[in-house]
Amino acid sequence: MSKPDETGRGRSGVSRRAFLKGSGAAAAATAMTGAPGLEAEAQGAEPVAGLTTITLTVNGTPHKVEVEPRTTLLEALRMGLNLTGAKPISVDGASGGSLVLVDDKPTSANTVLAMDMVGKKIVTVESLISGDRVDAVPMAFVHHDASQCGFCTPGFIIAVKAFLAKNPKATEAEIRAGLNGNLCRCGTYANIIPAVLEVVKGGGNG
Amino acid sequence: MKAFEYASPRTEREVLELLSADRGHTEILAGGTDLIGLMKKMIVKPDRVVSLNRVDSLKTIDANSTAVHVGAMVTLEDLADNPICEFYPAIRQAIGEMASQQLRAQGTVGGELCQRPRCWFFRDKRGLLAERGRAVEEGDNRFHAIFGNRGLAKFSAPSRLAPALIALDARVRILGPNPGDETLMPLEVFYRTPKSEREREHTLEPNQFVSQVILPHPEGRVSASYEVRHGMGPEYPLVAAAASVLVTGGIVREARIALGQVAPTPWISREAIDAIVGLPINYETAEAAGQAAVSVASPLSHNEYKVQLAKVAVKRALLKAAGLETGGLS
Repeated sequence: MSKPDETGRGRSGVSRRAFLKGSGAAAAATAMTGAPGLEAEAQGAEPVAGLTTITLTVNGTPHKVEVEPRTTLLEALRMGLNLTGAKPISVDGASGGSLVLVDDKPTSANTVLAMDMVGKKIVTVESLISGDRVDAVPMAFVHHDASQCGFCTPGFIIAVKAFLAKNPKATEAEIRAGLNGNLCRCGTYANIIPAVLEVVKGGGNG
Repeated sequence: MKAFEYASPRTEREVLELLSADRGHTEILAGGTDLIGLMKKMIVKPDRVVSLNRVDSLKTIDANSTAVHVGAMVTLEDLADNPICEFYPAIRQAIGEMASQQLRAQGTVGGELCQRPRCWFFRDKRGLLAERGRAVEEGDNRFHAIFGNRGLAKFSAPSRLAPALIALDARVRILGPNPGDETLMPLEVFYRTPKSEREREHTLEPNQFVSQVILPHPEGRVSASYEVRHGMGPEYPLVAAAASVLVTGGIVREARIALGQVAPTPWISREAIDAIVGLPINYETAEAAGQAAVSVASPLSHNEYKVQLAKVAVKRALLKAAGLETGGLS
């Protein structure tokens, strides 16, 4: 059996990646002819299908990204923009792992369509660290060792940001109730709660 | 998800033009908290998704002297936070019980009312009626209906807002199928038990949509919602009840009592209403109303426990509406 070479080229001499790209371009072209004048922003009453380029404003910067109607915001962020903080833990948003802020509201990125997010302000967990500056919430998570495997942590941190923005003086009981939509299979809740209380005490929710 | 085409209309008229008369061809997307998961699991496979997210006329709350008009795309959080809910405690309490913060921020009033059943047979692609009811009858039916379950449909109505809205005598405004067509109907009439897989849990035609919920002025009525949940996690309630009562001179003159999660539709308990009207609300009368409510229950093989929960939920919703201690864990 011959070993496939590292470029992924098959016998035809066309790499799989190039082929996929090509078929995508064809689909995009179809969509464009189907919906002229939309400028591919997928924002009108005219139905769009296939690959379309849209602009998403993520962490203050507009990004062009190619999506299908069925692409979720989470897929656009992770696959299109390489922002892999938000996690695909549950398919229906039950875990809170894919939380981002959309127009300042906590939103499960895996239960919204990317095309519905055009024109909205999207903030992901990646925005909480810039250079040497670390936001108070992730810093408190570090101080309190509030993550174990770490998979739920980005979603949890966004949940805390959203919750404290609305409840800056929350009590422990309110924090427990308010973070109800985020699940941690390792059970780090015992450390997350003190971390959030520290942020409340410091008044430093970013 | 199956590939579909997407449209994002700006006006109610454009929405109607995009909807198809064929059941299953188009789906209406609101907050996405239910529909996106259903589409990912291929339980719902539309050819076209019509997003209501850019229809601004559906996002307003307008109050006049006789009624409050709540747009279908108002988020649950925005409704609960609106000062108008001071007059409708049952609504604020029902939304307050809904975990999580993202569900409240993302979910909409119209979407909450039109969410699909949580029935695990339905979510396992065995159909809304779960193999003509057989899967439910023979299988694990612990979360299924205890009222109105003698037909093929045995799922329980999932909406957590509907019992409160029905207790408050809310109506829904339905637009379509043609531009200009408009129907106002009591919310309890909007829901109906499907008799075949071709029907849905409500009376909406595929080319109609809910544009508004209309709440009458409470005129002195007091109201409350009570949910029985398993634990403190983000789970759906096992049983819920809401009550709205008009009390003068210490006596209940009028009452509306609706239960959720107990029947294929939100369930108005005529028996509980008859039991409480004409009496003061106290621990004994509220308990008797709860007992009356479950006198017509017909539990399945694994959900008899819900009968007791329904009885307690009615009792506590009444006590809570009257501002009395409900007992139990808070």
